[in-house]
Amino acid sequence: MSEDQKGMFGGSGTGDTSGYGGLVRTAASTGSTERPFGGYFDDVADDLERAYPDFEDAITRVVVDRGELTLHIKKSRLVEVAFILRDTLKFEMCMGVSGINYPDRAGAELVAVYPLLSMTKNQRVRLEVATSDLDPHIPSVVEVWAGNNWHERETFDMFGIIFDGHPGLTRILMPDDWDGHPQRKDYPLGGIAVEYKGATTPAPSNRRSYR
Amino acid sequence: MTTQDKSKNNLFDPYASSRETTEGTVFSVTGGDWDSLVSEIGESKEERIIVNMGPQHPSTHGVLRLVLELEGETVTEVRTGIGYLHTGIEKNIEYRNWTQAVTFVTRMDYLAPIFNETAYCLAVEKLLGITNDIPERASVIRVLMMELNRISSHMVALGTGALELGAMGPMFFAFRDREIVLDTFEEITGLRMNMAYVRPGGVSQDLPAGMTVKIREVVKTLRKNFEDNAKLLIGNTIWMKRTEGIGYLDLAGCTTLGITGPVLRSAGLPWDLRKMQPYCGYENYEFDVITADTSDVYGRFLVRMAELEQSLRIIEQAVAKLDKLEGQPVMVADKKIAWPAQLALGADGLGNSLDHIREIMGSSMESLIHHFKLVTEGFRVPAGQVYATVESPRGELAAHVVSDGGTRPYRVHFREPSFNNLQSTSAMSEGGMVADIIGAVASIDPVMGGVDR
Repeated sequence: MSEDQKGMFGGSGTGDTSGYGGLVRTAASTGSTERPFGGYFDDVADDLERAYPDFEDAITRVVVDRGELTLHIKKSRLVEVAFILRDTLKFEMCMGVSGINYPDRAGAELVAVYPLLSMTKNQRVRLEVATSDLDPHIPSVVEVWAGNNWHERETFDMFGIIFDGHPGLTRILMPDDWDGHPQRKDYPLGGIAVEYKGATTPAPSNRRSYR
Repeated sequence: MTTQDKSKNNLFDPYASSRETTEGTVFSVTGGDWDSLVSEIGESKEERIIVNMGPQHPSTHGVLRLVLELEGETVTEVRTGIGYLHTGIEKNIEYRNWTQAVTFVTRMDYLAPIFNETAYCLAVEKLLGITNDIPERASVIRVLMMELNRISSHMVALGTGALELGAMGPMFFAFRDREIVLDTFEEITGLRMNMAYVRPGGVSQDLPAGMTVKIREVVKTLRKNFEDNAKLLIGNTIWMKRTEGIGYLDLAGCTTLGITGPVLRSAGLPWDLRKMQPYCGYENYEFDVITADTSDVYGRFLVRMAELEQSLRIIEQAVAKLDKLEGQPVMVADKKIAWPAQLALGADGLGNSLDHIREIMGSSMESLIHHFKLVTEGFRVPAGQVYATVESPRGELAAHVVSDGGTRPYRVHFREPSFNNLQSTSAMSEGGMVADIIGAVASIDPVMGGVDR
């Protein structure tokens, strides 16, 4: 998730008089979860392994966290796995795609997250695909789940992830001639300081922040 | 001929002017007199015209833009333009602490604020691992508020939907009943809309004294009032002529487009997250999932009408539970998460509880420090990501929340049912008549604040 965090108050550059500066909070594990996963997650993994012989190669990590199953998939294999999840495992609905930007993860700065729903089996699973900032291409799953059309446009608009094979990948929320992708971490929030009765409140992005 | 020549020769009509472009003559009609448009189009041999409907059109449900390609009165293509109400709520949340974000998300789908708040708070609680520590009274209040909110939201869907198809009366009845619900919200939370009432860990404050009695009265009034619209519209020939067989989208269409909510249930599938994947203790309430088998605008209308009664049933059960849980806490016991402020009714309205301030200011320095730290810094949420869902009046509303372990959300994404369901406008309207687009859009019940966020 992120690197270890040091100190209590997130501040730096001033002398530590509190004694809390020595605290270290370890980042969440980024490893795979070992079997058994619990609940229906083992069935999902078994079924997928049976239906998809390249499971070992395509799925880099299986993570079970807070009662949710996440399959990390190589982006080149995404559409193949998506078809099998839809047709064999009956995940007939894809509830969209959400982007995440991790500027510190070299080679995997952009992440696309697909929550899937099986109404037949009342199950949920999440797919996660990462790609590099320098090559922001991920194959589109619109041919698998047509309802992802607008969701992929939104994620393109907000993060600049280019979904290859999308029928019409244009901006959807921002104006067509907009520069940049607002939800990326290097895109400023904007805003101005507000003065009221002599006191000034800085813009939200300039306020003191605590880690 | 250029526009200038034309305006010299003909009388210039400010409401229906035409100009030459590389694509042919473009007519701009802004309301008022259509005669000059008709006479000019009459000269052209081509029947195909493209009409921009919206974004400022009362029957497009807020700032929705529809680009229609028409052959005569038949719609051959519909394109939907959105983004006119994009407010960057998801980005803004990344610069606020976990509790402040509630104030933002409540403004997304402004007809269903409680659902936005609850979806977000369920996600934060799942990240914190305190889902099972939420006091029962808080969960029951959330259910009560959500069902009241479902009624007020469905009232707007029905009222404005009928108004857009030319029926004035149902709108008056619907807004009369919605007003009753909003008054109830005001009495409970202090605000009619955008209440920021549901907070991570529980709800911001308990119900005022004697509220359950009042809600029972409200339920009684609403149940009687709902009959007015039922009498006006159910089985009404004119209404059915405008809605039956219109905006058809069957189960296969719904599944492939990811449609949930009343539109999916109108296609016959009893899929309701309150039953299938219960949250906030919905498994402890008795209610029915309403379906229709017509897959059209009339079916969606019937589903929403019948869901009102189911919501009333849930509210009655919630009120009975609240009477039993009188005096129980409404915020999680963990003082490192529970928002420390308390509200009280003063002479000038709802505000900070002076007794509470006196206590924290005067009794213990540590509690003052604690209060200050929690309000300025907020609490930390362990790193990870979750996806929490609720059944909003429009379908599956979900919050995908990512934490990096800090005091602010790293990324919050809302899977808005309005945004997703609006994609079906083309599938519902193409091949039909231009007047039926209005009915189809109204039956999706999109709220542009939720679509654009």
